[in-house]
Amino acid sequence: MNAVGGAPRHDSAHLHVSGEALYADDIPLPANALHAAFGFSGIAHGRIRELDLTALQGQTALVVATAADVPGENNYGSTLHDDPIFASGLVQYAGQPIFAVAAASHAAARRAVRAARIEYEPLPAILDIRAALAAQSYVLPSVHLSRGQPQDCLALARQRLAGTVHIGGQDHFYLEGQIAIAVPQEDGSMLIHSSTQHPSEVQQIVANALGKRAHHVTVQCRRMGGGFGGKETQPALIAAAAAVIAHKAARPVKLRLDRDTDMLMTGKRHDFLADYEVGFDEAGRISALLVTLASRCGYSADLSGPVNDRAVMHLDNAYFLEHVQIVSHRCRTHTVSNTAFRGFGGPQGMMVIEAIIDDIARALGMDALTVRRANFYGPGRNVTHYGQTVEEDILLRMVDQLAADSRYAERRRDIAGWNAANRIIKRGIALTPVKFGISFTATLFNQAGALLHVYSDGTVLLNHGGTEMGQGLFTKVAQVVACELGLPLSAIRVTATDTSKVPNTSASAASASTDLNGMAALAAAQTIRARLVQHACDMFGVASGHVRFEDGRVSAGEHSMSFADLATAAYRARISLSATGYYRTPKIEWNKTTMQGRPFYYFACGAAVSEVAVDTLTGEIQLLAVDILQDVGSSLNTAIDLGQIEGGFLQGVGWLTSEELWWTAAGELATHAPSTYKIPTARDWPARASVRLFGEPNREHTIHRSKAVGEPPLMLAISVFHAVRDAIAGCAAAGARPPLTAPATPESVLRAIGNSFAAGRA
Amino acid sequence: MTADVAPTTTVLEYLRDTLRRTGTKEGCAEGDCGACTVVLGELDPDLGRVAYKAVNSCIRFLPTIDGAELVTVESLRGSDGSLHPVQQAIVDHHASQCGFCTPGFVMSLFALYLRLEQPSREQVLEALSGNLCRCTGYRPLIEAGCRMGAYAPPTGWSRAQAASSERREALKALCRERALEVPGFCAPRSLDELAAAINERPEALVLAGGTDVGLWVTKQLRDLPPLIYIGEVAELKRVRRNGAAVVIGAAVSLADGWDAVVGEYAELGELAQRFGSPPVRNSGTLCGNLANGSPIGDSMPALIALEAELELRRGGVTRRLPLEDFYRGYQRKDLAPGEFLVSVSVPRRRPGLRLAGYKVSKRFDQDISAVCAGIALQVESGRVHGARIAFGGMAAIPARARAAERVLVGAAWDGETIERAAAALAADFQPLSDLRGGSAYRLQTAGNLLRRFHAEHGADAGPVRTAAATAAPA
Repeated sequence: MNAVGGAPRHDSAHLHVSGEALYADDIPLPANALHAAFGFSGIAHGRIRELDLTALQGQTALVVATAADVPGENNYGSTLHDDPIFASGLVQYAGQPIFAVAAASHAAARRAVRAARIEYEPLPAILDIRAALAAQSYVLPSVHLSRGQPQDCLALARQRLAGTVHIGGQDHFYLEGQIAIAVPQEDGSMLIHSSTQHPSEVQQIVANALGKRAHHVTVQCRRMGGGFGGKETQPALIAAAAAVIAHKAARPVKLRLDRDTDMLMTGKRHDFLADYEVGFDEAGRISALLVTLASRCGYSADLSGPVNDRAVMHLDNAYFLEHVQIVSHRCRTHTVSNTAFRGFGGPQGMMVIEAIIDDIARALGMDALTVRRANFYGPGRNVTHYGQTVEEDILLRMVDQLAADSRYAERRRDIAGWNAANRIIKRGIALTPVKFGISFTATLFNQAGALLHVYSDGTVLLNHGGTEMGQGLFTKVAQVVACELGLPLSAIRVTATDTSKVPNTSASAASASTDLNGMAALAAAQTIRARLVQHACDMFGVASGHVRFEDGRVSAGEHSMSFADLATAAYRARISLSATGYYRTPKIEWNKTTMQGRPFYYFACGAAVSEVAVDTLTGEIQLLAVDILQDVGSSLNTAIDLGQIEGGFLQGVGWLTSEELWWTAAGELATHAPSTYKIPTARDWPARASVRLFGEPNREHTIHRSKAVGEPPLMLAISVFHAVRDAIAGCAAAGARPPLTAPATPESVLRAIGNSFAAGRA
Repeated sequence: MTADVAPTTTVLEYLRDTLRRTGTKEGCAEGDCGACTVVLGELDPDLGRVAYKAVNSCIRFLPTIDGAELVTVESLRGSDGSLHPVQQAIVDHHASQCGFCTPGFVMSLFALYLRLEQPSREQVLEALSGNLCRCTGYRPLIEAGCRMGAYAPPTGWSRAQAASSERREALKALCRERALEVPGFCAPRSLDELAAAINERPEALVLAGGTDVGLWVTKQLRDLPPLIYIGEVAELKRVRRNGAAVVIGAAVSLADGWDAVVGEYAELGELAQRFGSPPVRNSGTLCGNLANGSPIGDSMPALIALEAELELRRGGVTRRLPLEDFYRGYQRKDLAPGEFLVSVSVPRRRPGLRLAGYKVSKRFDQDISAVCAGIALQVESGRVHGARIAFGGMAAIPARARAAERVLVGAAWDGETIERAAAALAADFQPLSDLRGGSAYRLQTAGNLLRRFHAEHGADAGPVRTAAATAAPA
C-alpha cells in the first residue's frame, strides 16, 4: 500500500474524542509539585517604586520568585535579549510579568498574587502606531527596499491615488493556554514539559535562566492544544519562570496561565498602518508604488524583525511591482510585544497591496479582478522586488479555473442587480489570490533532524524535531516513513518531541515543518532501509534491485518474509536498526542587508472567491459563500490539507471581521477572554463552501512533491474583507473607495458606509 | 461530595484535580469556549425520564449538581472500548486537529444525539454555538453532527438506554428528602424553606444557575458569602400560564424560560437563540439574568417592552413590581436585604401588537450585545397608539426610550415619524464607548433598529436581514 496521499486520519484522533490525549496540564505531577501564577504590571509604562511581597511571604507553602531569584540571565528574548522574565525597575506594558508565586494549588497561587502591593511611578506611554511614528520610537532600525525609479514613475503616471490601510492585530486564541512544568532532576538538571512550537529555544533559554548549559535541560512536548505562532517564542517565558521557581523551591512546578493572563501577557499578530501612493494606467496596471509600512511591535523586538521583513517581501503578493519603494518602520510601543502568528507579516503585506488594487479598480470603475490580472507576474515581469524569480505561472491558471468554477462574472452581475433593487441588505463579492513564500527567511533555520528506531520485533518508533499542534505533522511524517519502509501506517509510532532525542531543532513554523522533518525522517528511513536491503541481499544472495518493501513484507527475488522477521534477522546479525536523518533546504540564499536573493524554496499559491451580505443598518455581515482553490502540490494527506485550508481560511476571516483587540486609553487590553474577544463559531462557516486542492506536483524536489499548507490559506480570507468592501461600495456612488478598516466589525462597516449613503432614510 | 471541598469548587476543578478525569478541559473558565462542556442528567417530571443537557463545568459549583448524573467525555466509550457514534463521527470526518476543544464538542453533540435522531444543519449549529474551535473551519464538526445519527446504536449510551426507567430509578434513588446543607451552602427544597433561609441570613448570596456568579469566583477570585441555592425549590422551577400572563419561576432555566416567552411571542425567537449558548441557557436562569441587572443583559429590553412584572418575596411578604422599576442605577436594584425574586410574569399577547427583539453584536452566536432593543408598538389604522421601547447597552441600566416613545405615540406610522423617533434617541441616551462599540455607533445603531422595525412592519424596503441573501440565486 502507498502510505502517502490518501486521507488517513490524525494519529491522535481516537484520543482526542475520548479525552485520553494528554496535554501538559493532564500529565500527572509528583506529589510534592507546586502550582504557580504570575503577578504582572497593572500599568503600561513606569518605574516600580516598591514591590511589597511581605503579605505573601508570611503565608506557608508559598514560594515567590522575582528577578533577583533568576540564577542566570533574566531574559527570554531570543534575538535582542530585551525580554525580562521578571521585570524589575521598569515595566513596559500592562500585563508584563514582575513576579511569580507557587502554592499548593493553582487557585491558591492566583489568590496569593493578589496580596502583592506594587507601587509605580508612571511614565508617559506610547500606545499606538501613530504615536510611535511621531516619536520615532522603534524597536529595530527601519528597513528600506526599492527598485527602479518609483518617484519618477509616480510623477509620470497617468493616474495617481494615495491612501491609508488600517489592519488590526489578532490574538492566537489557542484553546490550550500557555503552560510549562519544570521538574528538577539530579545534578542540577531540569526536565521541562512545555506546550511549545520551539523546544530547542525553550531549552536554551531555560538553561540560560538557570545559569546552566543546554545539556542540563530536556524539553518535551507531545502535543499542543493549538499554537498558530503563539507558541514559538512565548513558551520560553513560561518555562523559564517555572524553572526558576522550581529551582528555588527544589520542587516540581506547574505554571499554567489562565485565559485572561495569557491574553494580557503574551504577544499577538502585529497591527499595521500603511500609507501609500500609487501610479497606474487606464488598464489599472501599477507603474509606481511608494509604501510606508508601520507596525506595532510592542515594547521589545521578539520576532518583529523577520515578521516585518516578511510583510515587506509579501507586499507584492501576486503582482509585479517594477518601480517600488517600501519603507518599513518597526514601532516600539508600551504594549505587549507582538510575535509570530500564522502568516508572519505576510498577511499584512498582502492586505496592503490588495487594498491598493481594490482602490485602483474602484477609481477606474473596473472589476477588481481585471485589475488584478493586469498586474500579475508574467513573462518578462517575473522578478520580485527582492530579486527572486517567479518561475511558474500556476497562479494564473488557478485564478482562471476558480473564476470559471465559481461563476464569478455571472454572480457579480447578479449581485449588481440585487444591490440596485435592495436598499438595506447589500451583497458583495471578491476574488483574491495568494502567493506565499515557503522557507524561513533566516536561512539557517531551514534544517531538520529525525531519529528512527526499528525494534527487533519490527515495530518502528519515529522522532523528529517538529512539534504537533494539531496540524497533523506527526501523521504526515509517519506516512512518509511508512511509505519508505513499506509498512502500514499503524506500524509507525511517533513520540513526543524531545530535545534529548533530536537536538538543535528549528521552530515548527513558517509552514515548513513537513517539508523539513518529512525529508529528515525520509533520510533516516532510507538509511535503515538500505541496511535491511543489504542484509536481505546477504541472506538470499540477490542483487539489491530485487528487494522490495511492500504491505509489511519484504521480498528478495522469490523469497519473501515479514518486515518483522527481517528486523529480527538483522538484529541477530548485529546490524544497527537505529538511524538519524538530516535535511537542509537547497537552493535558498538571502542577503539580509540588501534584502535580495532567493529566500524561498518555492511559492504556495491559492485563490478564493467570497460573497457576503451586509446589513447597512447595523453593519453586521454574513459570509454567504466561499470557493477556494489551494495549491498543495501532490498532497501527502488530503484530509489534513483540507483541514488546514478550511481552518486557516476561517481564522483569517476572524482576523479581518470579528476579532477586535481593544485597549483602554491607559493602554490596558480590555479584550482578554472569549466573552470579549470574538473568534468565529460554527455558524460563521458559510453554508455554501467549495474547497478544492490544485494537485499539481511541486516543481521543486520537496517531500513527495507536496507543498506547505499551514499558513497560506489564512490569507484567502482577504477575499472576505474585499467582498465586504464591495458590498459597502454598493451603497455609494461609483468611484467611491469605502474607508473600511480591518477588522470589519459592525462598527467599522457602519463607519465605512457613512452617513451619506446609510440606508433607511430615502 | 466531602465536606472539605469548598462549595464554590467548580465541577471542572473537581473532575480534573480530585477525580483525575482530565478529558474535560479548561479553555476560559467563563463558560464562553465550551472546552469544559459536560452533560448533566436530571429527572424531568414532565417527561418521566432523565433529561440530559450540556452545561459548562468550568463555572458550575459542585454542590449544585447534587443528585444529578454527570456524564463526561470519558463516559462514552462502550464496554468493549468502542467509540460512541458521536466520537466515531468526529474521527471519521477529520473533525479534530489539536484536539483540545474536542471533548467539549463531543459532549455538546452527545447531548444533541440523545435529544434528536436526525438533527438538521441548523440544529447542529445551534447545539455547537457555545463551542469554540480554533483549528478547523467547523465544517467537519458540522458534518459529524449531521451524520452521527446514521451510525449503528452504541453499546453504551444509546438513546434508549438514556431514556430507560433504570436510569430514572437510579437517579430517583438519589433524591433527597431534606435540603442539602454543607458549610457555606444550602439548597432549600420549598419556597417557604427558601424564604425562611434567606430571611435568616440576609447576608447570604442567592444562587441560581451561577453562569455569572461562577465568574466571580473563577475570574475575580472573590470570597463569596454563604450560598443559598434555589435550584432545588420545586415551586420556582415551574412555568405557569394563566389568562393574563406567562409566569416563569426564578429557577426556570434560560432555555425553558425563553421557550415559554417565545411560545407566546414568536418574534423573539432569534433573540432567544442568540442568548448565550445551549450550555449557558441550560444552567442559567431567566430570572437570574433579570436579577443580575447588567446594563447589557439581553432579556430585559424585550421584557420591559412587554410590561413584564416581577414578584418579589421577603419572609412571608410578597410584592409586585414592573420590571423596568427594578433597575435604579448601575448595579443598583429595588431589592431589600432578605428579599428575593420569585418569578417574572410576561403578559399574554394583545391584539394589534407589533413586537421585535433585536440584538447587535460582533458575532452572531454567543456574544454580548453592543445594543439590544425591545420594541412593542400598538398600531391601528396607520397610527401608533402605544409604544414601549427599551434598550440595553445604551445606559447604565436597561432603560426605556421615553423621548422616542413620545414622538411615536399618536403619530402616523410612517418613515417620517420613525426619523423623528430615531432623532429623539439622542435625548434618551448618552451611551458610553467601550470594547463593544463606540458611543456614536451605539446611538446610530439604536436609531437604525427603529428604522429596521419600520421596514419590517410596513415599509416596502425589500429584505431587511442578511439571512434573506442566503436564499439569493448563487
